[in-house]
Amino acid sequence: MPLLLGTAVPRVEDERFLTGQGTYIANLDLPGVLTVTYVTSSVAHGLITGIDVEEARQAPGVVDVVTAADLDIGPIPPMNPNYPASMARPILAADRVRFVGEAIVAIVSETAAAGADAAELVVIDYEPLPAVVTIEAAETDDVVMFPEAGTNLVLRTEGGDADPESCEVSVSSVIINQRLAPCPLEGRAGASVWGDDGRLTHWSSCQGAHPVRAVFAQTYGMPVDQIRLIAPDVGGSFGSKARPTAEELLLPFLARRAGRPVRWVPSRSTDMTGLGHSRGQRQRFTIGGDRDGTMRAMRVHVDGDAGAYPALGPMLAANAATMSAGPYRFESMAWSTAAFITNSTPTVAYRGAGRPEAAALVERAVDLFAAAVGLDPAEVRRRNLVRPDQFPWTTATGVVYDSGRYEEALQRALDEVDYEGVRKEQARRRDNGNGDDGGRALGIGVTTFIDRTAGVPGSEYGAVELRADGSVLVRTGSSPYGQGHHTAWKMLVADRTGLPLDRIEVIHGDTDQVPRGGITGGSRSAQKAGSAVAEATDLLVVEAKRQAANLLEASPDDIVLDMAEGRFHVAGSPGAGAPQVTWSDLGERTVTADGPGLKCETDFDGLGPTVPFGAYVAVVEVDTETGAVEITRMVTVDDAGTILNPLLAMGQVHGGLAQGIGQGLFEEWRFDDDGNPLTANFSDYAFISAADLPSFESYLVETPSPNNPLGFKGIAESGTIGGPPVLQSAVLDALAPLGVRHIDFPLTPERVWEAIQEARRS
Amino acid sequence: MLLACPPVKPAPFEYHAPERLDEAAQLLAEHADEAKILAGGQSLIPMLALRLTSFPHLVDLGRVADLRGVEQANGSVRIKAMTTQAAIEKDASVGAAVPLLAKAIPLIGHFQIRNRGTVGGSIAHADPASELPAVALALDASIEVTGKGGTRTVAAADFFEGTWTTAMAEDEILSAVSFPTWSGTTGFGVEELARRHGDFAIAGVVAGVELDGSSVKRAAIALFGMDSTPVRASSAEAAVTGTSGAAADLEAAGQAAVAELDPPTDIHGSSAYRKKVGAVLVARALTQALEEARRG
Repeated sequence: MPLLLGTAVPRVEDERFLTGQGTYIANLDLPGVLTVTYVTSSVAHGLITGIDVEEARQAPGVVDVVTAADLDIGPIPPMNPNYPASMARPILAADRVRFVGEAIVAIVSETAAAGADAAELVVIDYEPLPAVVTIEAAETDDVVMFPEAGTNLVLRTEGGDADPESCEVSVSSVIINQRLAPCPLEGRAGASVWGDDGRLTHWSSCQGAHPVRAVFAQTYGMPVDQIRLIAPDVGGSFGSKARPTAEELLLPFLARRAGRPVRWVPSRSTDMTGLGHSRGQRQRFTIGGDRDGTMRAMRVHVDGDAGAYPALGPMLAANAATMSAGPYRFESMAWSTAAFITNSTPTVAYRGAGRPEAAALVERAVDLFAAAVGLDPAEVRRRNLVRPDQFPWTTATGVVYDSGRYEEALQRALDEVDYEGVRKEQARRRDNGNGDDGGRALGIGVTTFIDRTAGVPGSEYGAVELRADGSVLVRTGSSPYGQGHHTAWKMLVADRTGLPLDRIEVIHGDTDQVPRGGITGGSRSAQKAGSAVAEATDLLVVEAKRQAANLLEASPDDIVLDMAEGRFHVAGSPGAGAPQVTWSDLGERTVTADGPGLKCETDFDGLGPTVPFGAYVAVVEVDTETGAVEITRMVTVDDAGTILNPLLAMGQVHGGLAQGIGQGLFEEWRFDDDGNPLTANFSDYAFISAADLPSFESYLVETPSPNNPLGFKGIAESGTIGGPPVLQSAVLDALAPLGVRHIDFPLTPERVWEAIQEARRS
Repeated sequence: MLLACPPVKPAPFEYHAPERLDEAAQLLAEHADEAKILAGGQSLIPMLALRLTSFPHLVDLGRVADLRGVEQANGSVRIKAMTTQAAIEKDASVGAAVPLLAKAIPLIGHFQIRNRGTVGGSIAHADPASELPAVALALDASIEVTGKGGTRTVAAADFFEGTWTTAMAEDEILSAVSFPTWSGTTGFGVEELARRHGDFAIAGVVAGVELDGSSVKRAAIALFGMDSTPVRASSAEAAVTGTSGAAADLEAAGQAAVAELDPPTDIHGSSAYRKKVGAVLVARALTQALEEARRG
């Protein structure tokens, strides 16, 4: 069998998913299950002066109604010990609500319909307080959402030293990285049932069974082994389901009171307001360098919108700042960050988690610097990229980059798009038109960027065991929610055992079946869990050769695993009649009633995070009369070290690009001045669909990482990192002759049109 | 696999599925303002699911066989109300007789929506940002409405009264729409600006022209997404009629079309933006129509 590594093996998962055989929370078969419906806050900030649930309690089909007064659990364990303790989120709001959508009352009912009807009978009285919806309003502390804390500030970080103003050329700006909703196909969902033995089984639509189990154990004061946490098939997350939300954490409590299983599957709108949002940053920077285009120093300040309760969001502001050196050789950098409470949905991780924000910042800075020194933006990037002989490279912010050939990626992207040709076409149109290409302004955007993957600390578990029938069972600590772990892990095992893919089974996401595991996030799975599976399989083969040696009466050193046939023989005697041992022979002989005979497990960590990189070029045409932007070319070059499966890698690139284009041109979560969400459905929130995307021209390059034996890096977030800035760069390039200097994300037709009008006025 | 817990979202309602139009009219008369007609469900069902509205009775017209089909006679195309948008989109003879329908329908939602959505349902729903009401208005369509007392015909110009409000009484059902066929040297154009493909228009324009030699003999223009109803741009029609349709004429027509309008401001677009874009789109729709007419 030829090596599968690097080949486009089709996803083994898809037949099951596409034929409706997947198991999600909503179609779990749970006899006697009750439905949980939450009544949530309809005001962004206020005191709760009364909760009347009596009518709901009496409604048909209602089994239980629970408010904060009934709880003996909570608040939610804080994510970061540096957050003010008084800002911890209660599981149900008691005295004060801090965002629209915050859960106040839980209704447990026989059917979803009964729950929806009963929810309308709950009466909650509020004494409204002024809503703080923006960072600008929050940072003044005029209105403080946590009186005990005395401030809206959650977290402040700073470091470094830089004086960009002393450079020959320096440019400053303030830009916005807008609030987004993650919108996985399957929203939050969970189900709980207590066993007669007092053990809890909880199903969670999440990014990893073990870390989620830890939060439940902490919340309920239970030992982790008293909880079986199952992450079944999960319909996406994009970082937003890393930790269970308040509504999910309450489910075991409700199941215990009811003495029956409970399930919670919120509607899309409920989910969009409660799941957690992301981005939401205001970024200030000053970049400085020489007139010849050498960039030397940058100072950044990032303010983050934490939302109503601090979750991961405050840390993302810090992450964005320290990653904002990008792929460039800044000699000095200074950074500071602050994150503030606002009356809005708490912010969490979303595909990239700080790196898209960092790239948006530095790419805007580089474009402004290029304009200030009068050089082509591609050329300025080329001159300042970290060179291949400079790795490992440590940025001025202290981040270590493992390996890369950045200029090569940039050159590839420029070649693929025919950069000179497109620039000539742009010049031709500008000469023919009146500065705006006759109503269709052509723009070219260039972006070079880095990601930092496997940045979530901790090792990952992998085990392989030989079954009696000669097939191999893989237990992985990393739980997929769309990535294709089953395909990828099977390829790694097949390449080491000679077994066909269908003789390899992968199990994931069940704490009773997998002893430990981490989170699937930050593009760490191939590097950590994949490496663990490969390493465990290598150990299994060593052990198998030892067993085969016994059977063949030879030394283990003389045993050869024939990869084409998936069987063992003595070196030098591979003929048909020669004695051989198959995986089935070994399985038969080693598996006993006591368990597997051959089983190897490992925990893989690696030498540190890896830094994939990319270079994107976008060509756009801007309709200067309406502001509409059409993407005519989207050329992407991505490096993620060794590519395990180009089909899976391209799937990640395409998905990331879709969401990156979404942030660049379409999506923005908005509130009115009182903190009411204006975009809580797919009609008002311009979530992108395939109908609005161009055809991508995507390429992969491979610079193996020295940080794991197979040289893997992560690729799942490249499109959300490179996508938004390359579009902003392209649109602003198109409009530069009209005098347009900046447009914040998303570059909607109206925003683009407004910017053109403003430029024409001034 | 069926969902083990179907997400029941609408408030409870009683479901009626009559097989004849008169039965449907009778049901409506019986339940008065407690009943709502269910056609393709592409607007009503989401509103029910979001509990933005609720009705104790839904009268589904899906099984009324006599409400489906197309007839062409006497210079017009009569489309029965429950004919799906997709059926019209795929019907080449309708496209030839009433080109505006063929051009406008692909802009309605996505094909999945058009497979369910009906011509009558869209016009009866009267969303000011949707395409078919504007087509009906521009072409002076005749709208047949049926109550328990019989059927009457309402001119499109008199039909649309406000957002989701029409000249139909509560117990009347839109049963068919007749679109006049234009003869002579004609051309048509549709222009729309929406955030995403398939979204309701921020601004949209449908236009038709008939040429007499090189000059515009007749023009029909309607805008959508610009007011609480689709808007017939009579002044723009007058402005362009008799001209050669030069760029300046079309720009003037665009300005005339929006001069009296005060479009709504919402999350998708401000009033000023809609007005500006509306004028641009009028000129572009006319350009499209003129080019088509000149090609012959």
